[in-house]
Amino acid sequence: MALTRGFVIKKSSIIPGFGLTLGYTLIYLSLVVLIPLAALIIKSAGLGWMGFWQQAFEPRTLAALKVSFGLSLIAALINAVFGMIVAWVLVRYRFPGRRLIDAIVDLPFALPTAVAGIALTTLYAPNSGLGQLLAPLGIKIAYTPLGIAVALIFIGLPFVVRTVQPVLEDLDAELEEAAATLGANRWQALSKVILPAIFPALLTGFALALARAVGEYGSVIFIAGNIPYYTEIAPLLIVIRLTEFNYAGATAIGAVMLGISFVMLLLINLLQAWSRRRFGGG
Amino acid sequence: MVSPGEIALRDKRVFGAGLPPATGETRSVRLALILAAIAFIMLFTVLPLFVVFFEALRNGLPTYIAGILDPESLAAIRLTLLVAAIAVPANLIFGIAAAWAIAKFEFKGKSFLITLIDLPFSVSPVVAGLVYVLLFGGQSALNPWLQAHDVQIVFALPGIVLATMFVTFPFVARELIPLMQEQGTGEEEAALSLGASGFQTFWRVTLPNIKWALLYGVLLCNARAMGEFGAVAVVSGRIRGVTNTMPLQVEILYNEYAYVAAFAVASLLALLALVTLVLRTLLEWHYGDQISATNH
Amino acid sequence: MLMKIRIANVRKEFDRYPALHGVSLDIHAGELIALLGPSGSGKTTLLRLIAGLEQPTEGTIFFGDEDASHKSVQERNVGFVFQSYALFKHMTVADNIGFGLRVRPRSTRPSRADIRKRASELLDLVQLSGLGKRFPAQLSGGQRQRVALARALAIEPRVLLLDEPFGALDAKVRRELRQWLRELHDKTGHTTVFVTHDQEEAMELADRVVVMSQGKIEQVGTPDEVYDRPNSSFVFSFIGEGSELAVAVSQGQVWLDGEKLALDCSGVADGPAQLFIRPHGNEIVAARAGAIPAVVSNVRRTGGSRRVDLLAGASAQKIEIDLPAAAAQDLPEHIGILPKHWRVFPRR
Repeated sequence: MALTRGFVIKKSSIIPGFGLTLGYTLIYLSLVVLIPLAALIIKSAGLGWMGFWQQAFEPRTLAALKVSFGLSLIAALINAVFGMIVAWVLVRYRFPGRRLIDAIVDLPFALPTAVAGIALTTLYAPNSGLGQLLAPLGIKIAYTPLGIAVALIFIGLPFVVRTVQPVLEDLDAELEEAAATLGANRWQALSKVILPAIFPALLTGFALALARAVGEYGSVIFIAGNIPYYTEIAPLLIVIRLTEFNYAGATAIGAVMLGISFVMLLLINLLQAWSRRRFGGG
Repeated sequence: MVSPGEIALRDKRVFGAGLPPATGETRSVRLALILAAIAFIMLFTVLPLFVVFFEALRNGLPTYIAGILDPESLAAIRLTLLVAAIAVPANLIFGIAAAWAIAKFEFKGKSFLITLIDLPFSVSPVVAGLVYVLLFGGQSALNPWLQAHDVQIVFALPGIVLATMFVTFPFVARELIPLMQEQGTGEEEAALSLGASGFQTFWRVTLPNIKWALLYGVLLCNARAMGEFGAVAVVSGRIRGVTNTMPLQVEILYNEYAYVAAFAVASLLALLALVTLVLRTLLEWHYGDQISATNH
Repeated sequence: MLMKIRIANVRKEFDRYPALHGVSLDIHAGELIALLGPSGSGKTTLLRLIAGLEQPTEGTIFFGDEDASHKSVQERNVGFVFQSYALFKHMTVADNIGFGLRVRPRSTRPSRADIRKRASELLDLVQLSGLGKRFPAQLSGGQRQRVALARALAIEPRVLLLDEPFGALDAKVRRELRQWLRELHDKTGHTTVFVTHDQEEAMELADRVVVMSQGKIEQVGTPDEVYDRPNSSFVFSFIGEGSELAVAVSQGQVWLDGEKLALDCSGVADGPAQLFIRPHGNEIVAARAGAIPAVVSNVRRTGGSRRVDLLAGASAQKIEIDLPAAAAQDLPEHIGILPKHWRVFPRR
C-alpha cells in the first residue's frame, strides 16, 4: 500500500531514530490495522453497489442496526446524566468510600466483556437475583431490549465520568462565587455557568460511550436473547452470517459498522477541536 | 434568627462537606446526589462483580477448583496467557516507537497518524475479527498461498494473536504520547550533547521518565488482551481445547449450562480485572503527575 | 446610593485556624479604602466576609444600619471583582456584563433591550466600546480586568469590592489601570474596598489605608497619616522604605552601641528598641557626637539619585539612605547622619 504523506522534518534535530521509529510505526500500523481494514473495504466494494446495498440494508440487517444504534443512544444518554452526577459527587463532595467508588468506576473498562455478560444475565434473569425480584412487578429485563440497554449502560459508564471529572476538577470555584455575587441563585449558577463550561466534555463522553456501545458484543449477547428483529444486535448478525458462510453479508454489515465507527471518530475529533478553540484560551 | 456562629458550626457538621453555604448546595440536595451516585455505581459495578464470585462459589470450594483445573479450562488459561505474552510486548514496542517518533520530532501528518493509531478504539471487536477472517480466511485472496505453505492463521493461534493485537493496539501508545509530548526533547538533547548514543539516551534518560506511564499502559493493554471476546470469537473457530481463550471458554461453559464452571473461569478474569484496577489506582495515587491522564 | 459599612468585632476561624481576630472598622460612604497587608494578614478574608462569601465566626457586619448577616451573598448586592477575574469563558463580553441583570427574578428583570443598552453603556464607561461580541479568551489581561469591573458595576451594587485587582498584570498596565480606577471612582462615587499587598498602590489610590497584619488591623488612616505617623514598627517597615537599627532607649534618649544620639524619644519606654529611618531627607555631616556614625560601603544609582549603603555604629548594622547625585560625590568614608524622618519603637 503506497504511503503518500510527505514527511518534512521541520525542526532539524540531533535526536536520532526518526527513520527507524517512524518506519517501524508505519509498517506495524499498516500490517495490523490499515491493511486488514482495507481488506474489508475492498471486499465490500467488490460486492458491487447493488450487491452491497442489498446485503447491507435488507430488513433483518436494518432491524439489527436499529437495535444496536437505538439502544446505544438510550444507554449513552442515561450514562450522560448519571455519569455527570457521579463525577460531580466524586469531585465536589467528601464521603466515606469516595476513593473506593472513584476506583471502581473503571471496572467496566477493565472487566472482560464475556464476564460482564454472564454476570448481568444471571443478575437480571427472571429466575434469579434482581430479575426474580422484578418479575412479579411485570418487569422483565433479561432477554428483552431493556436487558441490552442495561449491558450497554454498564460498558459506557466510565466514559462520561472520566471525561467530565478532570474538567470539573479544574473548574474555578470563583466562577460560582462570581455568579452568586451577581445575584444568581444556585440553580441559575449551575445552568448558566457550570453546565456550559463542562458541556463539551459531557458531549465528548457521551459520544465515546455511544461509539463503544454501538460495537459492543460480549456483554450484550448473553443477556439479549438474540431474537431477530427484536433483540438481535448488528455485531451478532455479522457472526451469524459468518457461520452461514455468507461472507458477502458479513462484509456488508461489517463495512456499515466500520463506516459508523469512522463517522463517530470524526465527530469526536471535531468536538474536541471545537471545544479547544472555543474555550481553550485560558 | 440564627447567629453567624451557629452557621459556622453547622459548616463542620455537614456530612458530605462541600462548598460553604454561600455558594454550595443545601445539605439535603448533597445527600440525595451522593446516594444516587452510590446507588448507580453499586448497581452497575459492584453487584455484577458480586454475582460472579457468588455463582462461582455456589457449590463450594472443591467444585470451584475442579472447574478451574478441568483440562479444557487449563488449556484456555494457557492460551490466554500465551496470547497476552505475544500481543502485549508487541504493542509495547510499537507504543514506544510511535511515541518516540511523534513526541520528539515535527512532521506533517502527525495528528493524522495519531488518529489512525486511535482507530482500533472505535472499531467494533467483531469487525476487528472479521477483517482478519476476510484477509486470511477460506475465501480470501491469500488463502491459496497459505494452504500451499500449510500456514493456518484463522482458526489458529496466529489469528487470535493478530485480532488481539488489533484491539489492544492503541493502549500503550495512548499513554505515552501525551506524556512524552509534554516532557519535550530537552533532556534527550542534553544527553546527546554530552556524548550519549541514541540507545543510551533512550535507556538512561527517556525510559526512567516514562516508566510509570509505560507500566500503566501495559496493565491496561494486558487486561484487555486477556479479556478480549468479540474479536477472538470471530477469528478462533472455537475449537475446544485448542483455540479457546478464557473468555471463549466462559461462553462455551455457560451455553452448556455448566454455570458454576463458567463462573469459576470468569472469576479468574474478574480477579485479573480487580488486580488491574488496584494496581492502576496505586500507580495514579503515587505517580499521578508522571502519568498523563488526559485520555481517560 | 452611597453605603457606609461597619465591621463590628468580627472574628473568623477556619477549622480552628484564626484568620481574623476581633476586627472593627468603619468604612465611610463613598470612600475608596484599601486593605493593605502581606499575605496571611487576613485582608482577603475580611473582604469576603463583607461580600457574604464567608460567614464570621463572631461579630457583625452592618451595611448602613442593617445587620447584613441575614442576607445571602446574592441578596447583598455587592459588586465583587476577583483576583483572577472569574469571567465566564463561554459567554461573550456583553453577556458577561449583562449576567447579573439576566438572573434577576422576573419582577425586577429589565427587558433584553435594556440589558443590552446597559451593557453597552458600561463598555463605554470602562473604555472597551465595541468589544461586546468578543470572548474573554480573546482579550488581554487589562481588558479582562475592565470587563470584570463592568460586570460588577452592572448590578448597581451598594459597594464595590476588589480582590488584588491588578495583581496579575505587568507593571505598566498596572500603573495605567490604577489611575483609571481612581478616575472611575471619582466619577461613579461607589463605596469601594480593595485589597492589595502593594503599598505603593494603596498609597496612591486610596482615601484611607487599613494596614493589616496577621489577622489584626495595625493602623487606619489617610496615606499621609500612615506614612508620616506610623504607630508601629510593622507599619513603618511595611509602608514606604526604611532602614532599621537596633538601639537602646534610656530616659528618653536613644543610644546606639553605647553612643548617645541627638534624638528625643521621650514617650518611649526604656529598654531595647528599634530606630527606623526613611532613606530621604537625611543630613550628612562629619562624624560627630549625636549623629549616627556610619561607614560608607557602596554607592549605587537609583533613578535620578544615589543610594548609599552604609554600616552604622560599632555593630556595623546595614542601612541605606538616598542622596542627590551631587551630594553623593566625594563622600568621605566615615560620616555622620542626622535623620529627618524617623521613629523609635520598643522592640517587641
